[in-house]
Amino acid sequence: MKLYELTIKDIAELYRKGEATPGQVVDELIKRIDALNPRLNAFISIDHEHINEQVKKAEQMLKGTSPHPLCGVPIAVKDIFTTKGIRTTCGSKMLENFIPSYDATVIEKLRHTGTIIIGKTNMDEFAMGSSTETSYFGPTLNPWALDRVPGGSSGGSASAVAADMAFGALGTDTGGSIRQPAALCGIVGLKPTYGRVSRYGMIAFASSLDQGGTMTKTVYDSALLLETISGFDPKDSTSANIPSERFTALLSSNLSNITIGVPEEYFIEGMDEDVQKAINVAIETMKSLGAKIMDIKLPHTKYAVAVYYILASSEASSNLARYDGVKYGYRAEGSTGLAEMYIKTRTQGFGKEVKRRIMLGTFALSAGYYAAFYGKAQKARRLITDDFNNAFKQCDVILAPTSPTPAFKLGAKLDDPLKMYLSDIFTIPVNLAGLPGISIPCGFTDDNLPIGMQLIGKQFDEKTILNVAYAYEQATNWYKKKPNL
Amino acid sequence: MAEKINIDVKKVAELAKLTFTDEELTVFISQFQAILEYISQINELELDNVEPMASPLPWTQRLREDNLQSAEPNTPESNQKMALANAPRSKNGFFVVPKVIE
Repeated sequence: MKLYELTIKDIAELYRKGEATPGQVVDELIKRIDALNPRLNAFISIDHEHINEQVKKAEQMLKGTSPHPLCGVPIAVKDIFTTKGIRTTCGSKMLENFIPSYDATVIEKLRHTGTIIIGKTNMDEFAMGSSTETSYFGPTLNPWALDRVPGGSSGGSASAVAADMAFGALGTDTGGSIRQPAALCGIVGLKPTYGRVSRYGMIAFASSLDQGGTMTKTVYDSALLLETISGFDPKDSTSANIPSERFTALLSSNLSNITIGVPEEYFIEGMDEDVQKAINVAIETMKSLGAKIMDIKLPHTKYAVAVYYILASSEASSNLARYDGVKYGYRAEGSTGLAEMYIKTRTQGFGKEVKRRIMLGTFALSAGYYAAFYGKAQKARRLITDDFNNAFKQCDVILAPTSPTPAFKLGAKLDDPLKMYLSDIFTIPVNLAGLPGISIPCGFTDDNLPIGMQLIGKQFDEKTILNVAYAYEQATNWYKKKPNL
Repeated sequence: MAEKINIDVKKVAELAKLTFTDEELTVFISQFQAILEYISQINELELDNVEPMASPLPWTQRLREDNLQSAEPNTPESNQKMALANAPRSKNGFFVVPKVIE
């Protein structure tokens, strides 16, 4: 087995035993990236400039007493997190040359442990998309089938981890942007409870929905990354004042006291047959592991996509008003006045999908329409959340497909925004309710494309979904299968 | 079926500080119409007695004291330099923009 094929846990173990050094691991990984990234386009930038410095620091820290298990482990970071002195583009021409003056809180936490930040990954522009095709830096490809998308918006992170170009990655999830690409690339993607992970330094898309999280090869590695990046942050006014937990120490594969709810609304017409089959088999596996399975109802599910596109676009139109060509980012040349400069800058600096959402949000918030769209959507959001609250009176975890289909072909949905939006139909309700959700591999289609299963938990109960995911992973080992590259 | 909503796309673009070519507008309007029809399905819901939900968290957002918190090194000069570091154009410690008044 090659070093780059290992998990974070494996690498930490090698370091502990003195059988490998961060220098060796980084060298191997950079070779891997050099060989594969030109094809997959998973990274927007590799931090060549600071790699040696980071390696030296990690090697020093590993000599100390009880180094952190992430010390010296190379991790990739979605290009939405600000990194001090390292270009952060958010996948947009607007921020093509933006060099942040500060680290996001999650980056600061990783640096503190000696984690090596290897590079910044590709994404849909401003995280708006489900395929990583809206990136200004070109699409990322799916390592399992190079004519297919990796999902999105954290498609670069998903592709990088699935192709063994990073041992783990950070992503963000506003409507499914961690879980859907994790499913489409056959890795583990965890979106924590809203408020669990600091949003400071995470470039804003829709502030009441955005949440940072982890993308890894295994459930254990997700637990490890989550316990490292989570916790209260005074710099984020929505950060929950709830201490981080030692999720790795709490992992257990005992499901005998677990009741899993299966919502009938998530098994819809038009769902891929292989996905349906894989989920049914997974439910049987859960039963055989001792979990109790019950049918539940989430009756307002069908409204979730509509509610989401009103709220997310409204919040985006407000958040993205800051890109005016004055303080940072792109500025259009040749304007005769300030107003013209704003318009030219935004028209040239934003891509199609971003403009579409700014327009939708501006409309939904505009005089005469606010009550009919934004106001109603906020109320409908409550009904969707209440559905979950009612379901969780009966069950501990909800099991559903992550995505109705496996990875789709490049270009298949790009010209039909509504079709693209509907690919997040199973992940969006979780963001609206602010719940934690994890996607884990649960099989493959006949065409050898990965399928993901989603486990949804109660607020701040990441522990239980991690346990159920861990038990399933131990029983199935889907993660050991690798794409042929 | 949701009723057709006639929207003044040019007006919305003006509010959003964006412009579109006529060709872009044609495609855009039809996509926009489809999206609006889709999202109008929330009108089916009975929402009169439902409390709007702005945040998924069960508590209100924290406020903090309005104290100055600066990055290191913390001098007026270094802070100003940092604030201007990414400005497309600056001069003498100011952001420079095209003139506002004729």
